[in-house]
Amino acid sequence: MDFQIPENLRMMQETIRRFVTRELEPISQQVEQEDHIPEDIVQKMRELGLFGLSIPEEYGGLGLGTLGEILVYEELSKTNACFRSRIGTNNGIGSMGILFDGTEDQKRYYLPKIASGEWTACFALSEPEAGSDAANVQTTAERHGSYFIINGLKHFITNADVADVATVITVTDKQKRARGGITAFVIEKGTPGFYRGTIERKMGLRGSHTAELIFDNCRVPVDNIIGGEPMIGQGFKTAMRVLDKGRLTMGACALGASQKLLDLCIDYSKERVQFGKPICKHQSVQNMLADMATEIYAARQMLYHAAWLRDQGKKVIKEASMVKLFCTEMACRVADKAVQIFGGMGYMKEMPVERFYRDLRLYRIFEGTSEIQRLVIARELTKE
Amino acid sequence: MNIIVCLKQVPDTETQIKIAPDGKSIVEDDIKWIMNPYDEFGVEEALRIKEKFGGEVTVVGLGPKRVTEAIRTALAMGADKGILITDDALEGSDSLATAKALTAAIKDLDYDIIFTGQRGIDDDLGLVGASVAEFLGIPHIALGIKVEIADDQSSVKVHRPVEGQTLVIESPLPVLITAQKGLNEPRYASLPGIMKAKKKPLEEKSLADLGVDASEFGEAARKLKIIELTPPPERKAGKIIEGETPQEKAAELAKLLHEEAKVL
Ligand SMILES: Cc1cc2nc3c(=O)[nH]c(=O)nc-3n(C[C@H](O)[C@H](O)[C@H](O)COP(=O)(O)OP(=O)(O)OC[C@H]3O[C@@H](n4cnc5c(N)ncnc54)[C@H](O)[C@@H]3O)c2cc1C
Ligand SMILES: Cc1cc2nc3c(=O)[nH]c(=O)nc-3n(C[C@H](O)[C@H](O)[C@H](O)COP(=O)(O)OP(=O)(O)OC[C@H]3O[C@@H](n4cnc5c(N)ncnc54)[C@H](O)[C@@H]3O)c2cc1C
Repeated sequence: MDFQIPENLRMMQETIRRFVTRELEPISQQVEQEDHIPEDIVQKMRELGLFGLSIPEEYGGLGLGTLGEILVYEELSKTNACFRSRIGTNNGIGSMGILFDGTEDQKRYYLPKIASGEWTACFALSEPEAGSDAANVQTTAERHGSYFIINGLKHFITNADVADVATVITVTDKQKRARGGITAFVIEKGTPGFYRGTIERKMGLRGSHTAELIFDNCRVPVDNIIGGEPMIGQGFKTAMRVLDKGRLTMGACALGASQKLLDLCIDYSKERVQFGKPICKHQSVQNMLADMATEIYAARQMLYHAAWLRDQGKKVIKEASMVKLFCTEMACRVADKAVQIFGGMGYMKEMPVERFYRDLRLYRIFEGTSEIQRLVIARELTKE
Repeated sequence: MNIIVCLKQVPDTETQIKIAPDGKSIVEDDIKWIMNPYDEFGVEEALRIKEKFGGEVTVVGLGPKRVTEAIRTALAMGADKGILITDDALEGSDSLATAKALTAAIKDLDYDIIFTGQRGIDDDLGLVGASVAEFLGIPHIALGIKVEIADDQSSVKVHRPVEGQTLVIESPLPVLITAQKGLNEPRYASLPGIMKAKKKPLEEKSLADLGVDASEFGEAARKLKIIELTPPPERKAGKIIEGETPQEKAAELAKLLHEEAKVL
């Protein structure tokens, strides 16, 4: 067994740590208030290479493996979650469909722009009628010769406000649905009949936006199907592969934020004096710190192990769901304790703790709710 | 312009330093090692000069294998190649021996400027830069905060702070400059830079490879002996000014500054 993190990945952790401390953390509360990441910071994120972590080198990315990617995410999640979210769709759901199932031409055209961050990519699956039940999408794509006409509404789409290109999941055969009736398209901003709708008002993740995408007789050529003609009806598999991959990265985000909260709590509890001693000397507070640290330790081991398995070429469907489930639920327990340890201050906007508490709540919902993760795990456990 | 940067790996400034049981060294187990911050200024300056005039940046480090990481960081920032001088016989060397080994590694390279940090943040001696310049027989300019290369690339002007003034020193090349805080704001090793660094040449050299006599190095050859390390005295607890109103507190503070601290 070897638990050493390779030297180049340690260097990356260090770079992100510095970037977070010097550039992101100082403006994290400002971004929260203004609900906007300044453009010069996005530019610095591009220069650092943050938009192309997992896109292969031949398409302009860094070609990091799973371990490399989650280590970057873990570090980057120790500040306002919107920064990670800004790069998240390019590294994950917005690009992976093209990478996994796109034609060579599509990869050569889109991936370098996405990897450099010149373009922002998003992933449009969810709809009012299709959340956990992804196969129930109502957005239709109807064939007219060498074109498809797309009609429908997507909602909750992360980075839709800044996206230049979207992976769009549609239904092409309502009878077949998940079994040959779902098709994935790649559609560029500015295509006639493709509009952005309302930006939704959320509980947290301020600085990162989700919005509706509207398709009103949007006409796109067959060439825009991810993977081209042969992939007509195969889009559900594409969507599931994309989401599968995201589970470990979501675990990493939850873990990084949890670690940050623990660090904040340790510092605060050493300084805050009540009843004549630092509150870290009170047993109830000690118990909370100990439980937080123990769960974080467990989460990190399972995350790194699953990442390692995946980098060995193993299938990690069950493990990835376990990681997403445990890390995100754990993070919410940690955040709850962090608010508790900070007392009244934990409820105040002056402190980042209340922000983490709200932001982390999301992680149990998107990219597959906790319930859906359990469903996947149980299905894997009991399948014949 | 070919530039050499000497670099040292030192404990992170945030590391809690513990003195080892022998009373003469520090416990190294839990230390996080970083590139000496003054050397980082040197790397950054070298890269800026290279970007302007072309040429190659070579980083030379000395110490155990872990120093590779500091060298790789410099390569990731944009340096072209690295040399690590590593040899068991170097263990416990003083600044003079370190300078000798560095000189041996540098002397046959092609260079116009050598940067070292003005000092290492661990031992705080500031001897290596000057010693290397002396051994190589080239000029040495200490504490540079600005480096201006002449357009014809034959000389350099270095700004150096002295008591609120600036001294500008001109020197022909080659020259050794020690870097001071203020010289520049070092860049991050970008992620693509880190990936590229894996493929850049990093040579390891033993004392035998450098053609020097191992008996001149290490603990036994030290001219400067460490007798004892002691931790700094514990800081006294601060004083909290009591008082009902801001006026009362201010009066109390003024009184204490006058009577106790004797600064007013
Ligand atoms: C901030 C944010 C960003 C998002 N970004 C994107 C994005 O970029 N792209 C995108 O396509 N989508 C995105 N989403 C949508 C997200 O993926 C969905 O919200 C999520 O899949 C849940 O779907 P839903 O909201 O419709 O909830 P529902 O599916 O209606 O679920 C409601 C509840 O029912 C439970 N439930 C549903 N089915 C089952 C079942 N079979 N067994 C047990 N329990 C069940 C769920 O677990 C949940 O507790 C985002 C959402 C948010 C909030
Ligand atoms: C929205 C809001 C409204 C409020 N309204 C009022 C109001 O109208 N009037 C008013 O007077 N106050 C009010 N408060 C203050 C509130 O009562 C305090 O926040 C609360 O008593 C906790 O005190 P604290 O915030 O100083 O936390 P601390 O006392 O510093 O507690 C920090 C942590 O240490 C723990 N701790 C402290 N001492 C011990 C111990 N001996 N053993 C074990 N654990 C310990 C606490 O349980 C907590 O987890 C309000 C607070 C908020 C957030």
